[in-house]
Amino acid sequence: MKKYSAKKDDISIVLCGAAGQGVQTVEHLLTHAFKHSGYNLFSTKEYMSRVRGGSNSTQLRVSSREVRACLDRIDILFPLNREALEHVRRRITPDTIILGEKDNFLDTGEGGDIAIIDIPISTIASEIGGAVYANIIVTGVIAALFAIDKENIIDDLKERFSEEGKTVTTHNIRAVKRGYEIGNELITSGIVSISIKKDPAVAEQIIINGGEAVAMGAIAGGCNFISSYPMTPSTSVLTFLAQQSKEFGIIAEQAEDEIAAMNMAIGAWYAGARGMVTTSGGGFALMTEGLSLAGAIESPMVIHLAQRPGPATGMPTRTEQGDLDLALYAGHGEFPRVIFAPGSLEAAFALTARAFNLADKYQVPVFILTDQYFIDSYYNIPRIDLSTFEIERYIITTDKGYKRYALTENGVSPRGIPGNGKGLVVVDSDEHDEAGHLTEDHDIRVSMVEKRLRKHALLTQEAILPTLSGKTKGTTMVVCWGSVLAIADEAVRRIGRNDVSLVHFSQVYPLHSDTAKILGKAARLVIVEGNATSQFSRILKIHAGIDIETKITNYSGLAFSVEELEARLRDVL
Amino acid sequence: MGDIDMAWCPGCGNFGILKALEKALAEMKVAPEGLVMVSGIGQAAKIPHYMKCNAFNGLHGRALPAAVAIKAANPRLVVIAESGDGDMYGEGGNHFLATIRRNPDITNIIHNNMVYGLTKGQASPTSQRGFVTPVQAGGVILEPFNPIAVAVALDASFVARSFIDDVDMTKEIIKKALSHRGYALVDIFQPCVSFNKTNTYKWFKDHTYYLEDSYNPGDRVRAFEKAVDPTKFPLGVIYTNPKKATFEGNLSVYTQDSTPIILRKLNLKKLQRFIDRKRRP
Repeated sequence: MKKYSAKKDDISIVLCGAAGQGVQTVEHLLTHAFKHSGYNLFSTKEYMSRVRGGSNSTQLRVSSREVRACLDRIDILFPLNREALEHVRRRITPDTIILGEKDNFLDTGEGGDIAIIDIPISTIASEIGGAVYANIIVTGVIAALFAIDKENIIDDLKERFSEEGKTVTTHNIRAVKRGYEIGNELITSGIVSISIKKDPAVAEQIIINGGEAVAMGAIAGGCNFISSYPMTPSTSVLTFLAQQSKEFGIIAEQAEDEIAAMNMAIGAWYAGARGMVTTSGGGFALMTEGLSLAGAIESPMVIHLAQRPGPATGMPTRTEQGDLDLALYAGHGEFPRVIFAPGSLEAAFALTARAFNLADKYQVPVFILTDQYFIDSYYNIPRIDLSTFEIERYIITTDKGYKRYALTENGVSPRGIPGNGKGLVVVDSDEHDEAGHLTEDHDIRVSMVEKRLRKHALLTQEAILPTLSGKTKGTTMVVCWGSVLAIADEAVRRIGRNDVSLVHFSQVYPLHSDTAKILGKAARLVIVEGNATSQFSRILKIHAGIDIETKITNYSGLAFSVEELEARLRDVL
Repeated sequence: MGDIDMAWCPGCGNFGILKALEKALAEMKVAPEGLVMVSGIGQAAKIPHYMKCNAFNGLHGRALPAAVAIKAANPRLVVIAESGDGDMYGEGGNHFLATIRRNPDITNIIHNNMVYGLTKGQASPTSQRGFVTPVQAGGVILEPFNPIAVAVALDASFVARSFIDDVDMTKEIIKKALSHRGYALVDIFQPCVSFNKTNTYKWFKDHTYYLEDSYNPGDRVRAFEKAVDPTKFPLGVIYTNPKKATFEGNLSVYTQDSTPIILRKLNLKKLQRFIDRKRRP
């Protein structure tokens, strides 16, 4: 039999099957097991908007060094059904090791040189107790190939399936063990060999996904209220906080619609809580009326907007960076706002925490803009140290005669809450006077508009600098924002030219005042965005006076792969 | 508050509602600092501006979600959500249903004049069939929304209706609503003297009756019969279910600790331990 050697220090494993075949369970079990064994790991998934059937795939990228981006390349493929091979066919090369049952490869057609190692997973699964155990057998095979401690997986399985009874657990353990035997056979017979270094330091790190980073960052920012309506891909943040409700004192409410969700969160801030909403484009469209209310009554607000392709329902489970304009221009009337777009899990945590402090301090809405790819991707990061985090509170105790909208030099009026002092807190969506009562006095209108907009200057002063990797002067700068960071970083490193550098914006509005100066040093600018019309390049043009002619855009519904972006950058460099 | 320029028309039923509400609050010794009036948009929704209290005058139809959250964030506050029939039953209809299902400990007062006043006379959800307006030129052809029947159907924990011609009765009903633990609906018939020439003071008088003293509001089937009475609208407390737990009371954050969440401090060390636990399976 042909021997396959994956002697790279970076291996991409892809599991592909139908919804309901348990690919997510494999991902969960292995993501954690790899990390705990000391392997650097990146995992991401693409899936269809359905509960059963279709073709979904999960990539597990195991490496001797830190990896944070998705690859096209597949080194090891587990096709779990007949459609799987077709689903990932363009990514299969002669070097791809395919492990699975022969029945799934009926028509290899012109791909006759595709390497296949037959494992009768279905037969073994039915011997154990049914088709549902196939995914656990695969887990065992992969764990054996990478010499992951079997007991770790078994312990995790026991906990995961503890509620499903003893039989299920026993069968699952048998399935893992059978998988191990198969994997070990492949190793000992020399059919497959893998050499990736484990690093004990990695075992001490944590592995989380984008949704967890945002949700934990929210807790670190003092979030104690979340109201939202479930919408892929934003729901994991609501789920996470709902599950930690009791532990961290967070009210988590599934609202009747996004309109209610937004108005609830504003009500919560008014009463003195720290509220947030999590949603995606269509849901956020319903929230824009409430966003404008936050602008009018100068309510702090934190909005996690996890983007997916639009317009309308678009591709519900796919990814895009298409709602930057929506976040920037949403809401009738003129009022200041802040938009963060984290490029890493660490930044998602830190910026979400910061969003609460910033929103409270300046009484403005603050956005965390992520996307499906970012929310569903895991990788290992160093332990997050909270010693530098602080929950800044800006609520005052009111006196008699308190005026919620007292005109101040910088535009920020001290914010009281009902029941905390002798004053009364009056807010109104109508234009209002300093006391908060509605008015149609045009002089007051002018002073209130100017007061609200004065805060924009303060927000600009607090803006985060874009990060730059590589030389600054005279290079071609590749500009990106949000989740593209890790993909662009790897693509640029692969290109390996010292006259190419990378600039990443984790705050896309308002821009740091040095933006023009930084980008102005470049000999040439190339922008990379996950949307069709290069929305961020327009922000750079309007607000920094920077014109970028070379635009690389992607609106397929899938994130750029490292290879794709590398090739497209090489085309223009 | 004598210098306030009130936006209501002379003779408007809103004046009576304001009087009844203020009297009820005074008799119940509700401190202005501990009271939050939440309203939407419309003539009725301006009521917080004519009172001495905290006020959240939000968006059209959106008073209830804000009120629910305010009460949940700080259950020590007395929260009243008040607006007109168009606001609460039309634009905010979904929130009306969901709020009844939640059963927060708030009082929900609706000024029901069967017409849109501030936008000058279009049909409201409670307009009766045949009511002619500039928009409904051939008369209203929709079935009028019956808030009482809907509330009883959803097992709302307190459902009452009053007519502002009787300020004292309205005040008494508001007091009962404020004393009730849970969601309390108070629908108040309130003639619009400018834009509804059909449903006048006389019309409401002719089309309403007081529930007899022997009426038992604990009987849900009987309450539903009353709610759908085709001849006349009953006035009084139509239905109560005092056994229902409140929304706030059911929240896991309050099951063991009644301290309002806004007064709690997050322990970052606890979060650090939580994150650190993620290092090991």
